[in-house]
Amino acid sequence: MVVTTRTKKTTKSTKSGAERRYRPKVAVWKFASCDGCQLSLLSCEDDLLDVVGEIEIAYFLEATTAVIKGPYDLSLVEGSITTEHDAQRIRKIRQQSKKLITIGACATSGGIQALRNFGDVDHFIRSVYARPDYISTLRTSSPIHEHVPVDFELRGCPINKNQLVEVINATLNERAPNIPHVSQCVECKKNGTVCLMVAKGVPCLGPVTHAGCGNLCPSTDRGCFGCFGPSEAPNGPSLARQLEKLGMSKQEIRDFFRSYNGNAGAFRETSEAYD
Amino acid sequence: MSQTHKSSAQASPKSAHGSGKGKSPSVGAKLVVGEEGIATLLAILKKIGYKTIGPTLRDGAVVYEEIASLGDLPVGWSDEQDGGKYRLVQGTKGSFFEYLVGPTSWKRYLFPPNHKMWEADRKGGSFEVKNIDPTDIPSYAFIGVRSCELNAIRIQDKVFGFGRDDKPEAGIFSDPGYVERRKKSLIIAVNCSRAGKTCFCTSMGGDPHVVADQGHDLALTELISGSRHEFVVEVGSERGALIAELLSCRSASSSDLSDEEAVARKARSQMGRKMVANVKDVLKRNLNHKRWEEVASRCLSCANCTMVCPTCFCSSVEDKTDITGNHTERWRTWDSCFSIDFSYIHGGAVRRETKSRYRQWITHKLSNWHEQYGTSGCVGCGRCITWCPVGIDITEEAKAIKDTGE
Repeated sequence: MVVTTRTKKTTKSTKSGAERRYRPKVAVWKFASCDGCQLSLLSCEDDLLDVVGEIEIAYFLEATTAVIKGPYDLSLVEGSITTEHDAQRIRKIRQQSKKLITIGACATSGGIQALRNFGDVDHFIRSVYARPDYISTLRTSSPIHEHVPVDFELRGCPINKNQLVEVINATLNERAPNIPHVSQCVECKKNGTVCLMVAKGVPCLGPVTHAGCGNLCPSTDRGCFGCFGPSEAPNGPSLARQLEKLGMSKQEIRDFFRSYNGNAGAFRETSEAYD
Repeated sequence: MSQTHKSSAQASPKSAHGSGKGKSPSVGAKLVVGEEGIATLLAILKKIGYKTIGPTLRDGAVVYEEIASLGDLPVGWSDEQDGGKYRLVQGTKGSFFEYLVGPTSWKRYLFPPNHKMWEADRKGGSFEVKNIDPTDIPSYAFIGVRSCELNAIRIQDKVFGFGRDDKPEAGIFSDPGYVERRKKSLIIAVNCSRAGKTCFCTSMGGDPHVVADQGHDLALTELISGSRHEFVVEVGSERGALIAELLSCRSASSSDLSDEEAVARKARSQMGRKMVANVKDVLKRNLNHKRWEEVASRCLSCANCTMVCPTCFCSSVEDKTDITGNHTERWRTWDSCFSIDFSYIHGGAVRRETKSRYRQWITHKLSNWHEQYGTSGCVGCGRCITWCPVGIDITEEAKAIKDTGE
């Protein structure tokens, strides 16, 4: 739930009689990530102009080099924390932000780079870099909520642009966003998608995965990969037992749960049981 | 619920029909048509303005979607179903209706998954509400409604108040959208020629073959053997009679009727599951049974059972503003007692654990529904068993509680 803080109500009438509201200052921040979620904002196309008309973009390097100093009404944060420098930076951002919303699998669970959490980071550094002593990194990739309080977490790898607009829209209009925390199965059934697991025996993470992607994979005949992370009440062990019945090996099950959201609680616990 | 169509003698949603060739068959009459009779039926329904929704193959299952002609039916296909498993298989060559109920139920059309209730625009310092125009609601002809599904529709009729006069002073309201869709719908039932491993309608007070006054306009029984492919057509309503009159058919002979009865007997004998007797009281006596913990260890809390259930009716409403805040819409969307937010009241959700959500679902469905609506909420269609990804079986859970409980 977004904590509702009332925005400043300096309004003036426009020609159409509609109230012109105070335009909140919005900043978009990047941590360890691929930029894909920030790009979702730029991909909002028709909606983008409406959004930009209602907010003041104060910091968004992906879109503009112009920077307005904080504090900010809303900070959107992409990416995970992988260095001590970033761990310090996110605290400063939180201090300057009335509301902080994390966007995407990296920011909400640690992302694909959190695979390092299951291995030996020193070994990776020695294997990859000619001068390991130049590399300064944390042992883990961790989600933003492990470092600072977060007002709302928007899931997905990448996030769904309609959900992003909905969260910004809800924030501007001081209402709760319509982002259900149910399983992907609910999205399949509302969409009329036939269950791949039941009708074809295709392995699918849908029953334990958060809805919101727009039913992308199951509606195109592919099982869910879990891009949106765990649903509100995931039962990983039960689904894993069913995946075994469908013929997946223990290693395949471990790897299935350990991808974009592998570090997210329920997915991590299930994959570790199959290590 | 026998209020259905008896009062209306209009075959057409546009009232365009009525110049019949001869005398209409009476309600209860049984006629026989061939394959071409079904083709004619579909054509007539389309011609008089119905949106024909019926069985068709998609993505490895028989689903209910808009169909235009015989070619859209799952001709020659059947299915095998069990807990967590559904497979299409080759059936009797040329058969139209050998398949059993699949993942879709008719509630998709009568109680749509997403439905706009009203919208409002800001006007100066106030706002203006616009209700949805009921004439935008299509007239559906449902083709292939099974007996268990007719029972499910009648259960949802009670939930949404179809056939009941609103008495706001007594707290009695009906759902205008549901009532409008239901009123405009025509029902062509199909009697089951077989039963599957997850079927148990007979232990929920149903039967694989429809009976008079079950709410259908016409009911078909497919007779297929050797070179014979015919359908017994039972006239279920006056509206059905007006349509039957337009089909080229003959009266059913006593041998046709005994063939029809043989189909029913076969289906009745094949029920793959059985609900324990007196389940209503069994569950009520065992609210603290250890089985609830056990089933929760298997339950994915994914809500599939409630989504495929033809009687589950839970929904939530979402207010959607546009970004300027000058236009808003209220949408109703399917929800489920398996979602945590569904029981959210001030201070938090009431049913936080899977065991309490599963218990809520099954006790409402099989026990408390009686007090609420005077009937069980389960018709024995078996969808919740087939479409549960891990195959949790409502009949098995009820039996386990009965066998080991108080």
